[in-house]
Amino acid sequence: MTTESSNARKLTLYVAGQTPKSLTAIANLKKITEEHMPGQYEIEVIDLRENPKLAKEHSIVAIPTLVRSLPVPIRRIIGDLSDVEKVLVSLKVQGE
Amino acid sequence: MVQPTGISKSLTGISGFDDLTLGGLPTGRPTLVCGSAGCGKTLFATTFLIHGARDLGEPGVFVTFEERPSDIAANVASLGFDVEALVAADKLSFEHIEIDPNELAEIGDYDLEGLFLRLELAIDSIGAKRVVLDTIESLFSAFSNPAILRAEIRRLFDWLKDRGMTTVITAERGDGTLTRQGLEEYVSDCVILLDHRAENQISTRRMRIVKYRGTAHGTNEYPFLIDEDGFSVLPVSSLGLDHLVFDEHIASGVPDLDAMLSKGGFHRGSSILVSGVAGSGKSSLAASFIGASAERGERSIYFSFEESEGQTVRNMRSIGIDLAPMLKQKLVRHVAARPTFYSLEMHLAVMIREIQRFDPSSSCSTRSRHSWKAVTGSKCSPCCCAWSISSRAAALRPSSPI
Repeated sequence: MTTESSNARKLTLYVAGQTPKSLTAIANLKKITEEHMPGQYEIEVIDLRENPKLAKEHSIVAIPTLVRSLPVPIRRIIGDLSDVEKVLVSLKVQGE
Repeated sequence: MVQPTGISKSLTGISGFDDLTLGGLPTGRPTLVCGSAGCGKTLFATTFLIHGARDLGEPGVFVTFEERPSDIAANVASLGFDVEALVAADKLSFEHIEIDPNELAEIGDYDLEGLFLRLELAIDSIGAKRVVLDTIESLFSAFSNPAILRAEIRRLFDWLKDRGMTTVITAERGDGTLTRQGLEEYVSDCVILLDHRAENQISTRRMRIVKYRGTAHGTNEYPFLIDEDGFSVLPVSSLGLDHLVFDEHIASGVPDLDAMLSKGGFHRGSSILVSGVAGSGKSSLAASFIGASAERGERSIYFSFEESEGQTVRNMRSIGIDLAPMLKQKLVRHVAARPTFYSLEMHLAVMIREIQRFDPSSSCSTRSRHSWKAVTGSKCSPCCCAWSISSRAAALRPSSPI
């Protein structure tokens, strides 16, 4: 875990307004990244209600959607991220 | 059109269908079009949308879950629909919802708000009045939680209704049910079932309006046609018995026969059955009638189920009737099709379409007992071995003669 932190890693969370599901997802993501992978990921939260054009551009259907755009392959997780173990498994980078 | 029921309707532009439903699909409400693969669901939906955008000033959004927009545009280009021009003019908008379940993990609760936002943006950007969802059940293969999907699809229908969108939803037919999920038919205000079946190796397309909330509609099964002109329905069993009647007589083309008939010929707008054994001159009499019509400058259409155009022209020339110049001047149109080419209803649909297109004042159809039998596939009595002349298809299209 010495070199990975220098590699580009990006997570984008798509939400729509301040709905309970969106807020839960934001809180869960924050908690997971802080506890299990501090400083490894660059995190961006996009509110599609403010910027609906991005939904089409980024092919978002379900809300909330978490997209790990880097490193490849792209991973998508939908849901409020309430199961920490599953989230970690899904975000696990091969070779780690 | 007078709407005694109070429901307003939106024309689909599908000939025959708008008559059948007394004005089209329910405005501002969802309509389900269901059927098995290849029965014309997408074409129905596309025609509805393009007709609205192009001819009625009602822009439309096409939400496709399966085919790519470019494929849809290519598919309907042959029908004379210029999808790209409509898109460029902001009258039509495509929204391709693509979901790859392989790169998707579901963890926790979610909804389809992203779909709603995309739809809302597409609707608002062109001021859409019509929406097509083709095929919404694809969502069930993309997402694994059916409870969420059912709730969301229900919400989507309500949302579209609140927005006043006239919507067509297509769905694949399930096993013993109208749709696979058994959901769409309950939330739709109108349900149309399309069917494509083959009996005795002859294919027929039929449609039925299963339900239509708040209005009267034809309830029979009606044959429909998909050809180079697109989708057309033949409301054959909903025709009234109230066609125009004419007192005028028109010549049969055989002076001696005219002399035998009381006022010198057939009634205009009547149907004449000519019956006889092979070689007794049925086709010749038909050709005489066509010739007489052409002499008066009236257009005729000749449906042949046994002989090709060239054969008919050659054979009739031998009795002094030259159809070739009449065909050239477009006074006569010859339509030849083998009886087994279509089902009986489809022959009728083709005939109606040809008559509407050519607008003749008389039509002939020739068929022998043999070919008739081949069409119906049933026993027939000797008396229908005949050809009939109907001078003007008044029953089908009651309007004044040209």
